[in-house]
Amino acid sequence: MTGTRGHTLDIVAVTHRYGAVTAVADVSLAVRAGEIVALLGPSGCGKTTLLRVVAGFVRPQAGSVRIDGAAIDGLPANLRNVGIVFQNYALFPHMTVAQNVAYGLEARGRPRAEVRRTVETFLDVVRLGDFRDRLPRQLSGGQQQRVALARALAVEPTVLLLDEPFNALDKGLRLDMQIEIKRLQRQFGLTAILVTHDQDEAMSVADRIAVMNHGRVEQFDTPVNVYDRPATLFVSGFVGTTNLLRGRALEAKNGCAVVTLDAGARLTVRTERAFTAGVPVVLSARPEQLCLYTAPAPERWSVTRRLSVPLGPNTMHDLETRDGATLKLIEPRHAYGVDAKEEVWCGLRPEAEPGLFDASSI
Amino acid sequence: MTTATAEIAAPAARRWSAALRPAEWQLVLPLALAYAAFFLVPLVLLILVSFFDDEKITTMGGAQWTKFLGDRFTWKVIADTLKLGVFTVAATSLIGVPVALVYLGASARWQGVILFVVILPLLTSVVVRTFAWIVILGREGVINQTVLWLGLSPAPLRLLQTEHGLVIALTQIEMPLLLLPLLSVMSRMDPNLRDASSALGASKWRTLFRVTLPLSLPGLVAGCMLVFASSTTAFISQLVIGGNRLVYLPLLIWQQSLVVYNWPLASAAALTLLVSVGLGVAAIAAVGRRGHAWALR
Repeated sequence: MTGTRGHTLDIVAVTHRYGAVTAVADVSLAVRAGEIVALLGPSGCGKTTLLRVVAGFVRPQAGSVRIDGAAIDGLPANLRNVGIVFQNYALFPHMTVAQNVAYGLEARGRPRAEVRRTVETFLDVVRLGDFRDRLPRQLSGGQQQRVALARALAVEPTVLLLDEPFNALDKGLRLDMQIEIKRLQRQFGLTAILVTHDQDEAMSVADRIAVMNHGRVEQFDTPVNVYDRPATLFVSGFVGTTNLLRGRALEAKNGCAVVTLDAGARLTVRTERAFTAGVPVVLSARPEQLCLYTAPAPERWSVTRRLSVPLGPNTMHDLETRDGATLKLIEPRHAYGVDAKEEVWCGLRPEAEPGLFDASSI
Repeated sequence: MTTATAEIAAPAARRWSAALRPAEWQLVLPLALAYAAFFLVPLVLLILVSFFDDEKITTMGGAQWTKFLGDRFTWKVIADTLKLGVFTVAATSLIGVPVALVYLGASARWQGVILFVVILPLLTSVVVRTFAWIVILGREGVINQTVLWLGLSPAPLRLLQTEHGLVIALTQIEMPLLLLPLLSVMSRMDPNLRDASSALGASKWRTLFRVTLPLSLPGLVAGCMLVFASSTTAFISQLVIGGNRLVYLPLLIWQQSLVVYNWPLASAAALTLLVSVGLGVAAIAAVGRRGHAWALR
């Protein structure tokens, strides 16, 4: 039951085009054994194509997929032993729950007694033992997904592929299923790939996230690093909310850059990138990295407050800078607060490390 | 007293008016009237006429029915008609299902081409199509020339005025009726189902027999019903290709009504055709349900 040890999955320089459109451009990812990696990106970024390449539904024009170091490019999908859970679950509508789970085992020619035993085991794993004789349409969305999981796990796949599996579920159920999938993946020590466009889902389920855009991997890192240290402007905008402030780099040395913002401030920002003096830059600051002040300073810029709304324990301020940019700022809801009529200045929190990017990368 | 009655009557009236809201049943009216006038009334007349003993339709009685059903020739014609339907259904299915599978696997552009070729027979007149088959099946026709050229047979094959030739022609003529319902059911099938089957380790054949075909069965059954009903009643094709040597129920009806002018007998034959085609279609439906149950096992 707990015997299946994870397998490594290597995607090496995979490129795939549909006609003139490059869906996946030279993507390489090394997934460790027992690790769950999320492919995160907007629709059309190539994440689903990459998943279909791993499953064997799509033959890429270049590159290779390796499981435990051995290339599986020549194998058709039915010989790859890869488990997949589709967005719409793709349960066979004319078969009962038990028949769906038994399908892969029967295709492998396992003896009847073994098939029955394994089906019972996996229906228990997803807690659907009482539903074995139901048809898929008689089940709720969450139950259907658990059947799809049991069906994929029953054949003891080397890699589990999850194609936006939580999309069709309502919000409350979604978290339960995310925990369930994580639990099963841990229990079986499975190597898994999760395709999603939902950053919260990627953050909560995945060990590492590959952020994709236009067929390329922009960053492949832990959820915390992807959020705190986005590698590109796209990542900083796609993962979490961010404010973009335009300006110019004045000087950059010793891991720090001095920037003048068009909004009217002069800041020193920690960065590992090098900027030549005078080059246009974009400062990407998350709402919780900004702070409101009632007194001006060289590193603060004047803003007008358009709206303030309570968000749980926080307040979200909608601000406008002098040069017309809008900012979102989140701060703990103070008992005193700033008077709505008062003039306010916006600045970075002392500990904040916003991203600084070349403006030409927009 | 009056108020009490009114109180009791009011909800009933409301229910009544809710069940028959004018806006809704009025919409069905034109079709219902057309059906009543052009289908129900003629059918009742047909039944009435069949129960007259003489050709002038003056005395009622069951003489025509006993004469018609007592004749062994009648039963041969009924059997031949049903056999023609079964053969045509078998031939269209054997060719149509692979075509549908090719369609399913084709790219969008090729799907358009296949669909056009499938619908093409519907765009030409039945008469034209049937005469085209005479050119193909005739003694000097395309098929015979090819057969002779290849040396497959020393003499030209007899295809016109044979059941084989008629089934060949009907297979092409009725193909759209089989394919259109089949393709519509198949293309509505979730393509992920086939991918899921293959990812679970099923070969192409297993996927075909366990997933694709069972789920296309409703479309196939609908198509078979249409082909059966249409081929058994295809008067023009039966007459032009089968000639007078092959007698099917439609030809019998035509002879009795427009050549012999024995309308009571023609009516009896027409009702026999209606019932036997109906039974054939019901049999296909029953086989379809069996097949579905088998696929579910």
